[in-house]
Amino acid sequence: MNIYYILQSLIDGLLIGGVYSLVAIGLTLIFGVMRIVNFAHGALMMLGMYTTYWAFNLLHIDPYLSILICVPVLFIIGAAFQKFLITPILDAPEHNQLLLTLGVSLFLENLAVFLWSPNYRVTRTSYEFAYLYIGDLSISLQRVLAFLTAMVVTGIVYFLLSKTDLGKAIRAASEEPRGALLMGINVRRIYWITFGIGAACAGVAGSATAPFFPVYPTVGGIFVITAFMVVVLGGMGSVLGAFAGGLIIGLADAVGGMIFPGAMKSIISFILFILILLFKPTGLFGSKN
Amino acid sequence: MNENKHAAGYLARGLGTKKWFVIILALALLHVLPWTIPSHIIHMMIMIFIFTIMGQGWNVLGGYVGQFSFGHALFFGIGAYTSTLLFLHLGLSPWFGIIIACMASIAVGLFVGLLSFRYGLSGPFFALIMLAFAEIFHITFITWKAVGGSLGLLIQSSGNAPLLMQFTDKIPFYYISLWFMAAALYVVWRFEKSRTGLYFMAVREDKDAAEALGINTFKSQMIAMAISAGMTAIGGTIYAQYLLYIDPDITFGAINSVEIMIRPIIGGPGTVLGPLLGSVVLTPLSEFTREVFQAYSGVYLMIYGIVLVAVIMFLPEGIIGFANRMFEKFRTR
Repeated sequence: MNIYYILQSLIDGLLIGGVYSLVAIGLTLIFGVMRIVNFAHGALMMLGMYTTYWAFNLLHIDPYLSILICVPVLFIIGAAFQKFLITPILDAPEHNQLLLTLGVSLFLENLAVFLWSPNYRVTRTSYEFAYLYIGDLSISLQRVLAFLTAMVVTGIVYFLLSKTDLGKAIRAASEEPRGALLMGINVRRIYWITFGIGAACAGVAGSATAPFFPVYPTVGGIFVITAFMVVVLGGMGSVLGAFAGGLIIGLADAVGGMIFPGAMKSIISFILFILILLFKPTGLFGSKN
Repeated sequence: MNENKHAAGYLARGLGTKKWFVIILALALLHVLPWTIPSHIIHMMIMIFIFTIMGQGWNVLGGYVGQFSFGHALFFGIGAYTSTLLFLHLGLSPWFGIIIACMASIAVGLFVGLLSFRYGLSGPFFALIMLAFAEIFHITFITWKAVGGSLGLLIQSSGNAPLLMQFTDKIPFYYISLWFMAAALYVVWRFEKSRTGLYFMAVREDKDAAEALGINTFKSQMIAMAISAGMTAIGGTIYAQYLLYIDPDITFGAINSVEIMIRPIIGGPGTVLGPLLGSVVLTPLSEFTREVFQAYSGVYLMIYGIVLVAVIMFLPEGIIGFANRMFEKFRTR
């Protein structure tokens, strides 16, 4: 194992970490505002991947351009999900919302099996094998693009939350829903907008990964478990925490992959997840309980 | 949940003295039934019974103490693998294997419980911890060649060998799973009225208030976990003996956790008959759709998804809660 191999793994880990961040930001946003752990997040990402796949194969739209289709599509799906399914049971015990998202995830994943078969599909772009070379290191262009996409979207979401009126309303609804309601904020509307944004983040993550990751109905599961880990690590509800957490888990994944072969690596991730849940359930950056 | 309990009490009073008569009649009918129905229906009944046992296991923890597990496939797999490995390597009869499987499962359950409940994990955190543990076992058993790896384990058939819990016919399995199911229902029924059972429900309704009243909530959760893990493992052993084949996916796979939890949730979590009712509704549904849409094996899961969403939205207390409400309406009119 030489220094180049290590550096190469770390760079790859960091790049995929950007995608983890993006999935996790959607998840953490939804949790932070509505206190809902969205089990269907992986299914939403899967829908994003299929949107990109079909846009590319039927309409010949570049995967990274198809993000412009993916965002509205996933926003509408997410907003409808919140508006028609979750809002009616907002006052129910929290495990009911958890089960509801589980039900939706079961439905979407198997709808995908039904419509598009469980087969792996690959999006073949013309720049599939394009690499950037830095010294002896070679970095896949697609992964760099995925990383940059993730960074840009993270930036947009952060800007949206911190600088705009909508962002203020979202933060108000998250911190004190009753207070926000009294100040004339339509909290339920904020809820479906937030869920839409979260779903759109998952969709963009799907678009960004589709060019270098096989597309199949249960693909979201791989990312969403990692995203849960990122969200818990970064502190449930913290956008910056999710961002940093994604990069950390990406790097940890790379290190794990160097030390442990194959399936053992994912066991290490699960053990890490359990340890984080046990000892730091508020996360590295979270302060609230 | 409070209303549900009230309504359940109402139903019990309504049945009153006829209760025992109804139970004995139902059991008698179930004993005659296998001689009158075709083989594939017997198979379906066995599946209903086995999944009721495991669903009842989940129900003790999820329904009564309110700790929703998303990883009960963990105990199912431990039950199936323990008895099978003991039989294949030591020739130990599954009748003893089932006891050891039960204890192994309880040990793992208590370990997970010790980790989670000590830190006061609940809700989504606990659900995720259970999921993570089930996945760790899933991956370990896929990669561990000594226990069959991803190919799984085949139990050599010994013909008709009651002492080894192997039969050439389905009917003995029908009775075995029926009796174990009846035992599981009886245990929970008795338990519901016991002091510990009441502690459980107090912990579910308000953990802090229960603690303030002097209930040891940690202990209650650990007891529930032990019963839950043991009961689910029993289902796992019977399942393995019935199929004579197990692999990591059909035991520890995440979809099994869903199969186990969805039945009590739909039937009525926190009720004795909920898991049975959920199983009676869902098992035929899944078996039927699997037969009709063979090429699309996921269709039944799609239906599960729809049913789960519909029940959560419209019948949050499950079918039993709904039936009780109707019953109450009828009586007060």
